[in-house]
Amino acid sequence: MVPVTYYIALSVILFVIGAVGFLIRRNLIVMFMSIELMLNAANLAFVAFSRQQLAMDGQVIVFFVMTVAAAEVAVGLAIIIALFRHRETLNADEIRILRW
Amino acid sequence: MVMPDVSWAVLLPTLLITGTGFAVLMADLAVTGPEKDGLGWIGLIGLAVAAIASVALWNTAETSFAATIVLDRYAVFFNVLFCIAAGLTLLMSMDYLGTIDLHSGEYYALILLATAGMFLMAAANDLIVLFLGLETMSVAAYVLAGIWRPDLRSSEAAMKYFLLGAFATGFLLFGIALLYGAFQTTALGPIARELGASGGLQRVLAGGGMALLLVGFAFKIAAVPFHAWAPDVYEGSPTTVTAFMAVGVKAAAFAGFVRVFMHTFAAFAVEWSAVLAVMAVATMTLGNLAALRQNNIKRLLAYSSIAHAGYLLVGMVAGTPAAGAAVLYYLLAYTLMNTGAFAVVIALGRRGEPNESLDDFDGVGMRYPLLGFCMTVFMLSLAGIPTLAGFTGKFYLFSAAVQQGYVWLAIIGILNSVVSMYYYGGVLMRMFMADGGKDVQGTAHRPYLAATIAASAFGTVFLGIFPSWAYELAHAAFLSLR
Amino acid sequence: MSPLTFFPLAALIVACALGVILNLHPIRSALCLAMTLFLMAVMFVFLDAHLVAALQVIVYAGAILVLFLFVIMLLNLEADLPQKRRRVLTMAASAIGVVFALLSLRPLFFPGGALPGPGFDAAVPAEFGTATGIGELLFTRYVLPFEITGVLLLVAVLGAVVLAKKKLV
Repeated sequence: MVPVTYYIALSVILFVIGAVGFLIRRNLIVMFMSIELMLNAANLAFVAFSRQQLAMDGQVIVFFVMTVAAAEVAVGLAIIIALFRHRETLNADEIRILRW
Repeated sequence: MVMPDVSWAVLLPTLLITGTGFAVLMADLAVTGPEKDGLGWIGLIGLAVAAIASVALWNTAETSFAATIVLDRYAVFFNVLFCIAAGLTLLMSMDYLGTIDLHSGEYYALILLATAGMFLMAAANDLIVLFLGLETMSVAAYVLAGIWRPDLRSSEAAMKYFLLGAFATGFLLFGIALLYGAFQTTALGPIARELGASGGLQRVLAGGGMALLLVGFAFKIAAVPFHAWAPDVYEGSPTTVTAFMAVGVKAAAFAGFVRVFMHTFAAFAVEWSAVLAVMAVATMTLGNLAALRQNNIKRLLAYSSIAHAGYLLVGMVAGTPAAGAAVLYYLLAYTLMNTGAFAVVIALGRRGEPNESLDDFDGVGMRYPLLGFCMTVFMLSLAGIPTLAGFTGKFYLFSAAVQQGYVWLAIIGILNSVVSMYYYGGVLMRMFMADGGKDVQGTAHRPYLAATIAASAFGTVFLGIFPSWAYELAHAAFLSLR
Repeated sequence: MSPLTFFPLAALIVACALGVILNLHPIRSALCLAMTLFLMAVMFVFLDAHLVAALQVIVYAGAILVLFLFVIMLLNLEADLPQKRRRVLTMAASAIGVVFALLSLRPLFFPGGALPGPGFDAAVPAEFGTATGIGELLFTRYVLPFEITGVLLLVAVLGAVVLAKKKLV
C-alpha cells in the first residue's frame, strides 16, 4: 500500500509544474491551462486525504472546486475572446498598453 | 440523514443582497438604454435594507448551516462597510456610466452579487465558504474590470486581473487542501483548537497550508511581492469599478485574512507575523516610492492603495485586539476617503476625455472651489493629516504596534506617511497653484456624483473629528471573533 | 494501490503535465491536458472516489476542456515560436520550481508520526465515494456552499454573456 505522503508528493509536483508553466509561458491559453493543472493538483490532494480519513468531505470539496473551475473557465475564455477582438494576438508580451 | 440547523437570521443580510441582485436582473428586462441607470436605485434600496438588517442583528453570535457560516459583530461591521462601499459605487455609477456610453443592467447586478460574495467572506466560518465567497466576488470583479468593451485597456485589465487572480486562487486552494489533510476538516473552529497541539506530519501540512493561504491572501490585497497586477488593473478598469475594487474587494480580502490569521491561526502568530512584518515594510515602501513617479492619477491611487495595505499589515502584525480594532477602523476610514478620491477623478472627466493625467489637474481647484476643497479633504486624509479620518486610523494602527514592541515598524510607517505627503500634496499643489485652462465638467449635470463626493468628504471629516464611536464599534467587532 | 500501479501512473501523469506546459502548439497542450485529466480520473478510481472520477471525466475533460478547444479553434491559433529571448527567465523559473518542489517534498517523508485517521489499510465502507454518499453530505452538511455555488454560476454565466456577445451593450 502506497502511503498518503506519496499522493501528496505527486500533487505537489503537479502544482509546481502548473505554477512554473504559468510563469514561463506567454500564450494566454497555455497560462490558463497551467492554472487548471494547479487546481487539479489540489483536487488530488483532497481525494487522497479523503481516502486516508475515510470521510467523504474531501470529495464533496472536489465537487465545489470543479464548479469553481468551470465558472472561471467560462469567464476567462470570455475575457480572452473579448481581448482577441481588439488585438489579433494572444501573446502576453504583445499586450502591453498598460505598463510602468 | 441529519438535517443541518438552519437559522435564517444568520443568512439574512446575504439573502437580501442576492435577492436585490436578482431583482435588478429581472428589472433589467423591462428597461432599455439610458434608463438602465435607474436600476441603481433598486440596488441602493437593497443595500440600505441589508445594512439595516445587519445592524439590527448586531447582538447575535450564532453559527448556522452546520457551522459553516457565522453572524457575529465582526460580520455585521463588515456588512455595513460593504454596503457603504457598494452604495457609494452604485451612486457614482449612475452618473459615470452615461459618460462612457455603457448602459448595462448587468453592471449593477454584478456589483450587487460581488457584494454578496463579500458578505460571505466576512461571515465565513469554514474555509470552503470563504473560498466560494472569494470566488463569487472575484469572478464578478474580473467581469466588471472588462465590462467597458470598446476600450482596449479595460479588456487588458480584465485579462491581467483574471490570470493573476486565478493563479492566487490556485495557491489558496492548495493551502486549504493541506489544512484539510492535517485536521480532517475545513471548519475554522476545530482548526483553531487543534492547531496548537499539532505535531509531526500534521504540523508540516498545517505549516504548508498556512504559507500557501498567506500567499493567496497577499495576492488579493496586493501586497508586495504580489502587487504587480494592481496598477495595470486599476488604471485600465472603468473608474467606478476601480473604486469598488480598491475599497470593497480589498476590505473583503482583509476581512477573510484577519479572521483566518489573527483568530484561527493565532497559535502560530509568532511565525506568520514575522513574515507579515517584512511584507508590510516592503509594501508600504514600494507603494509610496512608486507613487512618487506616477503621472496618471489612477496609477497613483493604485500605488497609494498598495501602500495603505502595507499600513494595515502593520496592524495585523501587532496582533492585539486593539490592533485588530485599528485595522477594522482604518478600513472604514479608507473606504470613505478612497472612494471620494476616485469620485473626484471621475468628476474631472467628461464624455470622450477621461482627463486622468496629473497635468489635467492644473488649476482645477481655483476654478471649481468646492471640488478642490473635497479633494483636499481626501488627499490630506490619505496622507494622514490630523483632524481627518486617515490620521486617526494611522494613529490607532501605529500606537497598537508600538504597544506590542514593534516600534521600528511604526517608525517606518510614519516615515512612509511623510513620503506620501509629497505626492498627495503634489496633486493639491497642481490643483491650486498651477495655471491650467482645462475645461472639466466637474459635477455639473451629475448630481449623484456630487452626492457621492459630498457624502465621502463629510464622512472623512466626521470620522476624523469624532473617531471614538467608530473605534469602539470596531473594537467590539474584533472581540466578537470566537 | 500497490507501488506497482502507482508509480507508472504517476510517471505518466507528470509526463502529460509537462507536455501541457512545454508544447509549442496550444492544441497539443490541450490534448496533453485531456490525457492528464483522464489519468487523474484513473487515480481517483484507485482512491475509491468513484463519483468524483466520473465527474472529472464528464465535467473537467468533457466540458471545461472542450471549451478550451472551442476557443483555440475559434481564434484559429497557431503554434508559438520558440522563445529565444526569454531563455534566462525560463531557466530561472524552472530552477526555482525544481528547488521548491524538492524542498517541500523533503519534510513529507518524515518518519515523525502519521496522520490521524483510519489510513489506507482500513476496509472501505460500501457507500464510500458513491453518489448516494456524496449526495447525502452535499445536502446536509454542505448545503450552504452548494447554494453559494449556484450564485457563483449565475455570476459566471452573466459575465460570460456580457463579455463575449457580439452586440455591444
